[in-house]
Amino acid sequence: MIKKFKPALAAAAVSLAMLSQVSVAAEEQFFPLIDYRVGPYGSNGQAFYGGFIDYLNYVNLKEKGVNGVQMTYEECETEYNNAKGVECYERLKGKAAKSAGPIHTMSTGISYALIDKSAQDKLPLAMMGYGRTDAVDGSVFPYAFPLVTTYQMQASAIIKFIKDKNAGNLAGKKIVYLYHDSAYGKEAIIAMEAEAALNKFTLVQIPVAHPGNEQGAQWLKIRQEKPDFVVFWGWGVMNQTALKSAQKVGFPRDKMIGSWWTGSEEDVVPAGEAAKGYMAATWNVSGKQVPVIADIETVVYGANKGNLQDKAKIGTVLYNRGVSAAVLSVEAIRKAQEKYGKGKAMNGEQVRWALENLNITDARLKALGATDLLPEIKTSCDNHEGSGKVKIQQWDGAKWVPVSGWIEGNKALIHPLFQASAKQYAKEKGITPRDCSKEK
Amino acid sequence: MLYREAGQFKTTYAADQQIFPIRQDRLGILVLLVIAFLGVPLLASEYWFSAILIPFLIFALAALGLNILTGYAGQLSLGSAAFMAVGAYAAYNFQLRVEGIPILVSFICAGLTAAGVGILFGLPSLRIKGFYLAVATLAAQFFIVWCLTKFPWLSNNSSSGVISTQKLIIFGHELKTPVEKYLLVLSIVVFLALAAKNMVRSATGRAWMAVRDMDVAASVIGIRLMPTKLLAFAVSSFYCGVAGALYAFCYLGSVEPDGFSLDMSFKILFMIIIGGVGSIMGSFLGAAFILLLPIFLDIALPFLAGLFGLPFASETVSHIQILVFGALIMFFLIVEPHGLARLWQIAKEKLRLWPFPH
Repeated sequence: MIKKFKPALAAAAVSLAMLSQVSVAAEEQFFPLIDYRVGPYGSNGQAFYGGFIDYLNYVNLKEKGVNGVQMTYEECETEYNNAKGVECYERLKGKAAKSAGPIHTMSTGISYALIDKSAQDKLPLAMMGYGRTDAVDGSVFPYAFPLVTTYQMQASAIIKFIKDKNAGNLAGKKIVYLYHDSAYGKEAIIAMEAEAALNKFTLVQIPVAHPGNEQGAQWLKIRQEKPDFVVFWGWGVMNQTALKSAQKVGFPRDKMIGSWWTGSEEDVVPAGEAAKGYMAATWNVSGKQVPVIADIETVVYGANKGNLQDKAKIGTVLYNRGVSAAVLSVEAIRKAQEKYGKGKAMNGEQVRWALENLNITDARLKALGATDLLPEIKTSCDNHEGSGKVKIQQWDGAKWVPVSGWIEGNKALIHPLFQASAKQYAKEKGITPRDCSKEK
Repeated sequence: MLYREAGQFKTTYAADQQIFPIRQDRLGILVLLVIAFLGVPLLASEYWFSAILIPFLIFALAALGLNILTGYAGQLSLGSAAFMAVGAYAAYNFQLRVEGIPILVSFICAGLTAAGVGILFGLPSLRIKGFYLAVATLAAQFFIVWCLTKFPWLSNNSSSGVISTQKLIIFGHELKTPVEKYLLVLSIVVFLALAAKNMVRSATGRAWMAVRDMDVAASVIGIRLMPTKLLAFAVSSFYCGVAGALYAFCYLGSVEPDGFSLDMSFKILFMIIIGGVGSIMGSFLGAAFILLLPIFLDIALPFLAGLFGLPFASETVSHIQILVFGALIMFFLIVEPHGLARLWQIAKEKLRLWPFPH
């Protein structure tokens, strides 16, 4: 019996030895990547994290890192599973003690599970375009950053876009909100309801159960309701099914506007002809015409250090989104170095300060070659979102074409909702909010 | 030589009826408990507590719950994760809505709530059995998750349906560190495991096993089927409910209904199949196997790949890990269909004769 298990024991001992080895050289900036490349959403993760890693390598190759500090990373596979995400976080946290870039999990569920832990361990948690959205209020959530924009602000921006199309008046119109019946889909309801009350349109909410590959009943209801627009909050396989079903019941696709998780090539290509004319929000354009994307392809893939095995993914919406996340993270490292010492690795606390004091102007984005990858971003203690702007893009059958400029959601309407929710959270958890007027 | 009960005479009824009749077993359990309560907290790192030991204990408890129902009472269930969800949400709501309720009391209430729901979904077992019952419990899985998403009151009107658990305060002391949480989970699991061990060798447990082996025969010898089956459902759901509450409060800290999916129910079912159906210890072995092996492979495979100079991308490693894991499950089921617990039993029998087998 014992003999049989000896190799296993030896391997266990070896892996333990590996675990305890957590030395990171002083001039390296470590990124704990809690990512996913297999599982139900694996192909989305491959594009996003491929872009993220490619940009880190790009910074290393192009400018020898940030002021000489090389970007390093370690990946841990979560399969979009919350428990695995926590395991990964615990595994990488030891290495992230000395220097840590922002953590991007690309999963609302994992982010929720990490919010308390990351604040305790002083590691910054970035949630670009997902929850927990009330972390916009940095006085209660010092270490969590729903950067760029949130579901609620996005919903509000989409309504604004529709309103502009209807000559600034939505009174008496009917809008269907068709959503994935999960935490993700439900987050935006509160914003849609507030907008409906303000703009006096009728809101019809129709949930779709996970995974959403059967939507006959929902689209029948939509046909009966005869809405003017459908605002669409789908995920994964649900997106292509919705487009095909819309075609089946004859609902015009150019009256359908989706969230940014419904607007990638992975969502529309399988729907074929049915997707033509469909619109979706985004904060980053697709394509290789963005200078930094083209440059990554030459520099990183030229040096044979590219992360993607399937190079066709370069320039897709999700790849570019991964790059935009990395641009933001690296800019935060730069900002932190300005305050805490150039040429040094930054720890979680220092990066947290930088994320709260980001100021990325259009001029800076242009210098980075990242125009249209991100809106202008200026964060502060009471605004961890920093922008709240999206663009609307339309699928022309072959590629996504932007059809609007940056649209900002109704901040005066939405941000008080975040503050109220954050306040309730603080009360439940017994957190004393920071005084933002004293933060520098 | 070491493991031989020769010479251990029992002179009282109490000695004859104790849980572990063999002295070596008693010592073994004692040593194990001392290691778990004293040794581990001194040696293990934070990673081990929060990522390995705590989830292992929680899932072992859930598997134990399912094992009582499936392994001892013979009622197949696919709703374990749903009962965990009931426990998690119930504990959250008791904490939220009952002023000043101690956390342990709300855990017990959570278990009782889950037991109530369990009885409700156990009712079909009076009429149907086997695979048909599994389908009926599948209804519990879908209904409960739907219910938790449908009624916002249950998640305190959280816009996303996600609940974030309250602080763990016991006798005025807040449990913050992973070590403290581990000790809390360990104490509860040890207590409930001993209770289960006693339960299955009492009249109740024997009634369960009689029903499992042949329910007609059981009713002929005077076992009332309805209370017996429903009690099994109640006790099993109680265990799952407490496990769910611990899962939310001591492990993740925030849970959503979708997290308690059918996948998780299957995972718990596989734990008892691999570990050993109808064995308390099997629940622990199965949980360890299902939970720890993927993590171990995840760490060992890139290292081995590096050792042999194989250029594996991280997604390839994940795929290989799933392959190896599946292959190992099949291997164990072929070599020992009765689970890891049976392997342990065979080992013990061999140890009795060692070093002089006939």
